[in-house]
Amino acid sequence: MIKRILSSSYLGILLVMLYAPILIIIIFSFTEAKVLGNWTGFSLKLYSSIFHGGIHHSLTSALWNTLIIGLIAAAASTVLGTMAAIGIYNLMPRAQKAMQMVNTIPILNPDIITAISLFLLFVSLGISQGYTTVILAHITFCTPYVVLSVLPRLRRMNPNLYEAALDLGATPFRAVWRILLPELKPGMISGFILAFTLSIDDFVVTLFTIGNEGLETLSTYIYADARRGGLTPELRPLSAIIFIAVLLLLLIINQRAAKKKL
Amino acid sequence: MQRKVLSFLGRRRNWTIPYVLFLAFFVLMPLALIVFYAFTNADGAFTFANIQKFWVHPEAMQTFLYSVVVALITTVICILIGYPAAYILSKMEPRKAKLLVILFILPMWINFLIRTLATVALFDFFKIPLGEGALIFGMVYNFLPFIIYPIYNILQKTDQNLIEAAQDLGANPRQVFIKTIFPLSIPGITSGVIMVFMPVISTFAIAELLTINNIKLFGTTLQENIYNGTWNYGAALSLVMLFFIGITVLFNGEGSSKAAEEGNLI
Repeated sequence: MIKRILSSSYLGILLVMLYAPILIIIIFSFTEAKVLGNWTGFSLKLYSSIFHGGIHHSLTSALWNTLIIGLIAAAASTVLGTMAAIGIYNLMPRAQKAMQMVNTIPILNPDIITAISLFLLFVSLGISQGYTTVILAHITFCTPYVVLSVLPRLRRMNPNLYEAALDLGATPFRAVWRILLPELKPGMISGFILAFTLSIDDFVVTLFTIGNEGLETLSTYIYADARRGGLTPELRPLSAIIFIAVLLLLLIINQRAAKKKL
Repeated sequence: MQRKVLSFLGRRRNWTIPYVLFLAFFVLMPLALIVFYAFTNADGAFTFANIQKFWVHPEAMQTFLYSVVVALITTVICILIGYPAAYILSKMEPRKAKLLVILFILPMWINFLIRTLATVALFDFFKIPLGEGALIFGMVYNFLPFIIYPIYNILQKTDQNLIEAAQDLGANPRQVFIKTIFPLSIPGITSGVIMVFMPVISTFAIAELLTINNIKLFGTTLQENIYNGTWNYGAALSLVMLFFIGITVLFNGEGSSKAAEEGNLI
C-alpha cells in the first residue's frame, strides 16, 4: 500500500514538474502583459486578436508555412516510405539488412548534422533555398520513421494473401491496392502522424535550409523572437490552443482504442 | 515495351529504387560533402588544416569536452529519474499506464523553444539564477520523455515467465531486479542514451536561452561557423561529431538500428 502511494506520488511529482512551464504559458495567455511572467489582470484580448487579424501578419504566415510544409512533407514521406517498405520487404535478406542500416542513418544523426550536410548539398549545387529545400529536408528526416512504422505491418501480414490475389487473376497493381494497402493502413497513418509532428516541431534543419528570403516557420519565428528578447504575446494563447487540441485528440484516440479492444 | 515497364514495376522489390535514389542524394551525398569540405580549404585544395585547427584550437576543444560533460550529466540524471518512472508505469494496469505514458510524451507537442522560454519564466518566478544548473535542468526537462518511453516499452514487453522463474529459483525481489529485469531492459536504456546523449551535445538554442548566451555547447560552435561562412572548419567539426556517432553505432552493433526503432515515439 505504502509502495503504491509512493510510486504514484513519484509519477505525480514528475508530471507536475513537466507541466509547470506549460501551465505558466496557459495561465499567462489570459493576460495582456507583453512579457511572459507579468500579470496585468485577466483578459481574453490575446485570444481574440488571434482570430481577428489583430495579430502580426508575420506570425500568421509563419503558422501557415509550418502547417503546409508539415502536410506536404508528411504526405510525401508516407508515399515514399510505404513504397520503400514494400520494396525492402521483398528484397534478399542481405540487401534488406543494408537498406535498413542506411535507413537508420538519418534517425541516428543529430539534427545539426542532418542540417549542415543538407545545407552543404544545396549550397554546392547552387540550389537557392526556400520552400522546396525545407520540404525536401523534412522528407529526408521523416521518411525513415514511416518505413519503420510500415515494415512491422508487412512482417505481421500473411504473405499468401497477396499471392492468392494474383492467382485469382488480379493484376499486381490491383493486388497491392486491394490487399496490401488496407493491411498497411494503420502503419501508414501512424507514420504520417509521426512525420507531421516531427516536421512541425523541427527547428534546426529548417533553420539551415530555409534560406534568407524571409520565409519563416513557427520555429524560426519563435527563435528570432526569442533572440530579440521576448515572445510575441500571441504565441501564448496559440500554444495553449495547440496543446489543448492535441491533448483532446490523443485522449479521444486512446478512448476509441480502448473501446475497440473490449 | 509497355509490357516490359509494367512487369518491371510489378516486381515489388523494384519499389525500393526511388528511396534508394533519394537516400543516395539526400543522405549519403550530403554526408560525403561533409567529409569533402572537412578535408579541403576554401579553394577546394586538399588539406588537413581544418582537423588540425580543432586539435590545436583550445576554444573549440574546450567547448566540445564541456558539451560531452553536460551531455553525460544530463543522460545520467535522465536515466536516474526516468528508469523508476518507466518501471512504475510498466507495473501498472496497461490501460492506465498507456494514458500516463501519453501524458509524459505530450509536452513534446509544444514547440520546444516556447517550452524553454516558459522554463526561463519559471526560473525567474522562483528567483533561480540562469546558468549551468538551469541549463542541465532544461536539458533533463526536454529529453526526459525520450528516455522514459523506450525503457517503458521494453520493460512492458519483458517475459513474465523469466521473472517468475527467477522467483521460483529463490531470488528475492532485489535479486530478481538486478539479475533479471535490469539486464533485460538494457536495450531500452541504450536507445534512450542514443536519443539523449548526442542531441544534447549538438543542441544550441536551449543553451543560449537558459544561460543568457553565457554557456556555449558544441552545437552553437557548429552553427556559428556555418553562419560566419567558415564552412570548411564547420564541416571538420561536424566530422568530429560524426566520428563519435560512428563509434557509438559500432559499439552497439545491431543494437543501434533496433534502438532507433524502439525510440519511435508513436
